[in-house]
Amino acid sequence: MRIGVFICHCGSNIAGTVDCESVVEIAAGFPEVVYATDSMYTCSEPGQEGIITAIHEHNLDGVVVASCSPRMHEPTFRRAVERAGLNRYMFEMANIREHVSWIGKDKAHNTNKAADLVLMAVEKLRRNRPLVAKSFTTVKKVLVIGGGVAGIQAALDCADGGLDVVMVERDQSIGGKMAKLDKTFPTIDCSSCVLGPKMVDIAQHEKISLYACSEVESVSGYVGNFSVTIRRRATYVDWTKCTGCGVCTEKCPSKRSPDPFNEFLGTTTSINIPFPQAIPKKAAINPDTCMKLQKGKCGICAKVCPVGCIDYEQQDELVTVEVGAIVVATGYDLFDWHKYPQYGEGRYPDVITSLQYERLLSASGPTGGHIKRPSDGKEPKNVVFIQCVGSRDRSVDRPYCSGFCCMYTAKQAILTKDHIPDSQSFVFYMDIRAPGKGYDEFTRRAMEEYGAQYVRGRVAMIYPHGDQLIVRGADTLAGTQVEVPADLVVLATGVEASQGAVKLGETLRVVPDQFGFFVESHPKLKPVETNTAGVYLAGACQGPKDIPTSVGQGSAAAAKALGLLSKEQLESDPAVSKVNVNRCVGCQKCIDTCPFGAIKAVTDRMGRLKAEVIETVCQGCGICTVTCPQGAIQLEHFTDNQILAEVNALCPPKMNNVSFE
Amino acid sequence: MAKIAYYPGCSGQSTSVEYDLSTRAVCRELGLELVDLEDWSCCGSTPAHTVNHVLSAALSARNLALTEQLGMDLVTTPCPSCLSNLRTAAHKMEDADFRAKANALLDTPCTKQVTAQSVLQVIMEQVDPELIRAKVVKPLTGLKLACYYGCIMNRPPALMQFDNHEHPMVMDNLMTMLGAEVVPYPLKVECCGASFGVPRVDIVTKLAGKLLDAGRELDVDAFVTACPLCQMNLDMRQGQINSALQEKFRIPVFYYTQLLGYALGIDRKELGLKKLCVNPKPVFNKLKETAQAS
Amino acid sequence: MSAQDEQRELRIVGFLCNWCSYGGADTAGVARFIQPTDLRIIRVPCSGRIDPLFIVRALLNGADGVLVSGCHPRDCHYAEGNFYARRRLEMLKRFLPITGIDERRFEYTWVSASEGQRWQHVVTEFTRRIHELGPAPFFNPVSEEEWAKLALDGAARGASCACHG
Repeated sequence: MRIGVFICHCGSNIAGTVDCESVVEIAAGFPEVVYATDSMYTCSEPGQEGIITAIHEHNLDGVVVASCSPRMHEPTFRRAVERAGLNRYMFEMANIREHVSWIGKDKAHNTNKAADLVLMAVEKLRRNRPLVAKSFTTVKKVLVIGGGVAGIQAALDCADGGLDVVMVERDQSIGGKMAKLDKTFPTIDCSSCVLGPKMVDIAQHEKISLYACSEVESVSGYVGNFSVTIRRRATYVDWTKCTGCGVCTEKCPSKRSPDPFNEFLGTTTSINIPFPQAIPKKAAINPDTCMKLQKGKCGICAKVCPVGCIDYEQQDELVTVEVGAIVVATGYDLFDWHKYPQYGEGRYPDVITSLQYERLLSASGPTGGHIKRPSDGKEPKNVVFIQCVGSRDRSVDRPYCSGFCCMYTAKQAILTKDHIPDSQSFVFYMDIRAPGKGYDEFTRRAMEEYGAQYVRGRVAMIYPHGDQLIVRGADTLAGTQVEVPADLVVLATGVEASQGAVKLGETLRVVPDQFGFFVESHPKLKPVETNTAGVYLAGACQGPKDIPTSVGQGSAAAAKALGLLSKEQLESDPAVSKVNVNRCVGCQKCIDTCPFGAIKAVTDRMGRLKAEVIETVCQGCGICTVTCPQGAIQLEHFTDNQILAEVNALCPPKMNNVSFE
Repeated sequence: MAKIAYYPGCSGQSTSVEYDLSTRAVCRELGLELVDLEDWSCCGSTPAHTVNHVLSAALSARNLALTEQLGMDLVTTPCPSCLSNLRTAAHKMEDADFRAKANALLDTPCTKQVTAQSVLQVIMEQVDPELIRAKVVKPLTGLKLACYYGCIMNRPPALMQFDNHEHPMVMDNLMTMLGAEVVPYPLKVECCGASFGVPRVDIVTKLAGKLLDAGRELDVDAFVTACPLCQMNLDMRQGQINSALQEKFRIPVFYYTQLLGYALGIDRKELGLKKLCVNPKPVFNKLKETAQAS
Repeated sequence: MSAQDEQRELRIVGFLCNWCSYGGADTAGVARFIQPTDLRIIRVPCSGRIDPLFIVRALLNGADGVLVSGCHPRDCHYAEGNFYARRRLEMLKRFLPITGIDERRFEYTWVSASEGQRWQHVVTEFTRRIHELGPAPFFNPVSEEEWAKLALDGAARGASCACHG
């Protein structure tokens, strides 16, 4: 074999703490290395050309690049060696940036370590062999999980691009958090007027099938060919017949059902359509409060329904769909502010969340758009907003900024003045974070035009006094303590990952970070991809986001899905397991352990059982390789011999010339 | 009878002698034998730790060492300020270097880990609530009470490790158990002005006045406290507060042990009720009336 | 431990799964979380790909320590590879003393791709542990000449190889 080694300086990123020239000198002495050089930026165009030229000039049949992490540029260099006529698997990378130069300060040690890593790569490369990808067909259908604004955008873009879309929504209607908002910043656009038409498009688009009141139960398969099981929860209403006329909701005598759409500010009927613009506009029964389902009495809705769609016997239903790609848009939940004892832990009814306040502001809300405080229905004059409730606070394990609370607080202060001209808003804040287009101007308007008083400091205590609440906090700019009498206190509750995110992540093999937000493939360059091919992220499930960013990411995820499924066939990674039939004894242990069902038992000409790998199904984990008692099944590109070669490169056997056999 | 080392604290010998008296009486009644630390010394109060942390810790560590010499690992005190100092000392002594520094100042070093708890915590955690209910002979039925815990009873929470630091409930629960109606007093953990009563009486009249005002708004018959300083600022200074704020407060302020002792039927002399500045007679009259009415 | 010893690197081999821990080590690098330089990382697709014998091979070859890290249980990119790894590696940990290898020289843990700081902590702690244990004892103090003589003597007595009885 003729191996070429390329040591990258990465500007000063590597060369700053690694003596690259020395590494080149050392590498030149490694077995079968016929060419070693260094370059400033190996991934740049001249850098890649240098590799191609060297392959031709020195007749190389294997290349080692020592630079950044293979998770970063392995595909780049594989394409480069391929352009020079080599098989892309005749290439190895040594990670001397993330694993050497960036984490060690001692140049001598770093240089030594870099050389070791290059030797490892060379030893592995010597045992590589060319691998050729297989192609497979894909299902031209996309699953969108979550019907908030990010999911809606992704679904519409995919459907407009010609793909079939299955949308799964946990709640009774799509629309997500945005459907609950009264207005949006910084334009004070009516939220439901902006979102409503898009929701209707989802219902009417011929390429979109919508499953509301449904959740993803399990996912199997792989990119291009996922099989998804969806649980459709029983709604006790036959939605194929329901016209959404609403007669049942008018006649339902059970009016004490909790109302999640209105953030539990009021109650609703047991059979209910959550809001006038709901999509799908279908009624559903809450089984916990329905008298017929609880006690067997009533049955009024069945009597009044003009189309006879009430079905008290309805059961959950499991539906399986085949899709080629998945967009995750599960959104966020609000931080549980009861964790703060200083805000009363729920003892004071006039301390509410920002989303509850949105419902009070909304004309479709429980108060018909009149701001009435929960305790006595009075119109508040002094409204105190407290920001960063569950944001940027390590004491409640929420060190991150929720991003959009500064903006919606400013919006709510403006709307308060619009609704109640003689009101006064106070905003306790830590810093104003308004980096979007027109955002800072908007917060200034809240202060300057609408007279909201901004107090920079945290609130230490809320306590009742008469029929008011006294909000005590620090004014850090004035250096003093302030007490503000409030008729209503609105908490700008922060964002946290959706409750079901961790469980869904396990199903999809998408990893959540320590706070439950899904981790993207690369924080800069792959913000919507995940580490599982064919699964994309949109919206706040990846981190706190406002509406325009969520919409943008929804479109981005759709573009990725469209790009993926625009190819007639996909190529599988050929680094899959391979059975040496001469060694296979047909014990089938590998079949039992394979998580993907990618190995099947076949009988050879002699009638003996043998294992056989289905190459396009195998995901290349290598669990079978370790399980095989014969060493008969080997994961290509990560064979026992290749890994042991790396071990031996690092720890040379001490008694080379003594044979134990 | 459970034996527990007892640290009375300086106030218990002077301004809050009734707290000490009633505590002893109540504990005896509830089957807790308090063993006085012999030759105990001042915990250092606020002045010591504002000057020198090691000295302050050593003052309390001496009392912890005395507990150790009794062969006990738990010491109890009625006073939250003493408790705070004892617990701070015990916590700091977990660090070997600090322990060495503090022990260097002591004749008998403190070697073991001794825990300090308030008498309130001991009563609530070691006495069966059913026993208390069973022993109530004069229930506090008809009495409307505000329980005032003060600022250091449960704070800092990581150090005190007892009850909710923003919204404590143990005294509320105890008084409810005795038959009283406990109002949701919003200023449970507010500062009363503490020792500023000496240099800046204006601060105390303002802060304590606010506490009394919040109680009056809820129409309470009396306050219940667990801290000598809180009790003093609300009770003894009520006259000062009235003249400073042009008010007419006349709200008795009890130690929880006094009302507990009364409910348990302990002789009133042992509860030191005569030591209270605001005459508690209306409260007891009301109780008698309710008892007769039923 | 003299200053010189502290300077001297020991040989620590790491086996990291591609999806979580290798990513976590990258994250630590990107964040410039300084770590000891003794560790050399071998990338494998999944912790379930790690044959315990790789670890034994490294230790027999004279590695002073071996560190394995995979995705947190239930977060495996391949659904269940790390469950296999956990069982295999736990067995290995208990078996190592039987072979005469100090089991403290081997450790396995879980680090996700976002846990750069945790990776720094793991590497720092494990490296410190290995330095406290010092260099691994040499497994064959017998020189090659002596070995050859032993083998010859054995052969003369008609016994088979000392290793295989």
